Amino acid sequence: MHPFQYARPGSLAEAVALLADRGPDARVLAGGTDLVIRLRDGSLAPSLVVDVKRVPELAPGIRVDGGNLVIGATTVMTDVAADVLVRRDFPALAEAAAVVGSVQIRNRATLAGNVCNASPAADTVPALLVHGAVAVAAGPDGTRRIPVDDLFVRSGVTTLLRGELVTAIELPLPADRIASAHQRRTRRRGHDLASVTLTCGVDATGTTRVAFGSVGPRPLLRLDTTGVLADPASSEEARAAIFETIFADASPSVRSMRAGPQYRLAMLRVLGRRALATALERLAAGEPA
Amino acid sequence: MIANVPIEVTVNGARRALDVAPNHTLLDVLRDDLALTGAKECCLVGECGACTVIVDGRTVDSCLVLAVEADGSEIMTVEGLADGGVLSPLQAAFLDKGAVQCGFCIPGQLLSAHALLEEHPHPTRAEIEEGLAGNLCRCACYEQIFDAIRTTAEGADR
Repeated sequence: MHPFQYARPGSLAEAVALLADRGPDARVLAGGTDLVIRLRDGSLAPSLVVDVKRVPELAPGIRVDGGNLVIGATTVMTDVAADVLVRRDFPALAEAAAVVGSVQIRNRATLAGNVCNASPAADTVPALLVHGAVAVAAGPDGTRRIPVDDLFVRSGVTTLLRGELVTAIELPLPADRIASAHQRRTRRRGHDLASVTLTCGVDATGTTRVAFGSVGPRPLLRLDTTGVLADPASSEEARAAIFETIFADASPSVRSMRAGPQYRLAMLRVLGRRALATALERLAAGEPA
Repeated sequence: MIANVPIEVTVNGARRALDVAPNHTLLDVLRDDLALTGAKECCLVGECGACTVIVDGRTVDSCLVLAVEADGSEIMTVEGLADGGVLSPLQAAFLDKGAVQCGFCIPGQLLSAHALLEEHPHPTRAEIEEGLAGNLCRCACYEQIFDAIRTTAEGADR
């Protein structure tokens, strides 16, 4: 691994100042499950690594605050997957966090890191999109709230500005609960990145949200407001037609080694149907899991 | 030249003060500075689990943790499982059940199994599969490993 300086700021102001000062020459270290791999393979060569795990404002923890479930930036996947409130109100997020990597990876990888890494295949992002999650970003000019949907540009690129870092992920506790379900395909359970990752959420007003990743440069969120997907009595043909519009912008790369584009597009439709069926069951049962 | 960083860790119950390079992983420091060679360097991308150690009660791939990040933490390596030269029940069960063939992955398998049993003293088949999914075995001793874990869990009742 190439040499770099290591900083462990003890306050948010200090972390922001370091990142603002060094810009792209500094990288944020949270769980390290993506960063350390890239430091070692040389695809990233920052002169400074900023470990944010001791910044109190980014401390791990999941709490209810002002109509939101607030997940601290350094909360690891193991704790997201096990959290009672996440499992009750955001079941797809619990399911997605539970399939990231292996136990060892989930014990280190953070939810905010999964978002900021901006991988098109990020497992938790479709669930965050369906549930309307917001990233709280602190920077030199103060704090702003960025809908997770507005954060992604393309693989590895976010709309975060120089010196900004995510301190927490907020999930609005909805008046109308969104019953959600997560589905993914990988080559091998326990390690692999997703070949397709998808979340479907249905609410009592008849709106269905479908978010999916690993089939283009960034995860996408699409809505069905016709009520067709949310209606358990809809025909398979009617649903398939809606899914075709929902998946119209999926454009899997021909270069990815994990799966071919035809396979991904076919599986997208299969996972869409499966996640919808589970979400509808959960809505009907009134119990998310 | 980038200066080393002083850290303090507890490894298998013993306090250790070390000066580590920021670009050295916990795996590097355990093996090269502390001569604890149980944890193995293998895939270096967090897929094989050969470098698994327990940090503050949780398994991690030590190839993906910088040594400086471990400052202040409590670390358990496979060398910490046996007590005064006597194998732990889990280690003994691995041998009894023929789970140890070439042995390369076994330190990681043992620590994942140890952490699993701490959390689920009576794991189901599915819990064992999920708990050990981050540890590959090229000798394909998965059934023997699962059997050793089940045997250990049953033995803990007696």
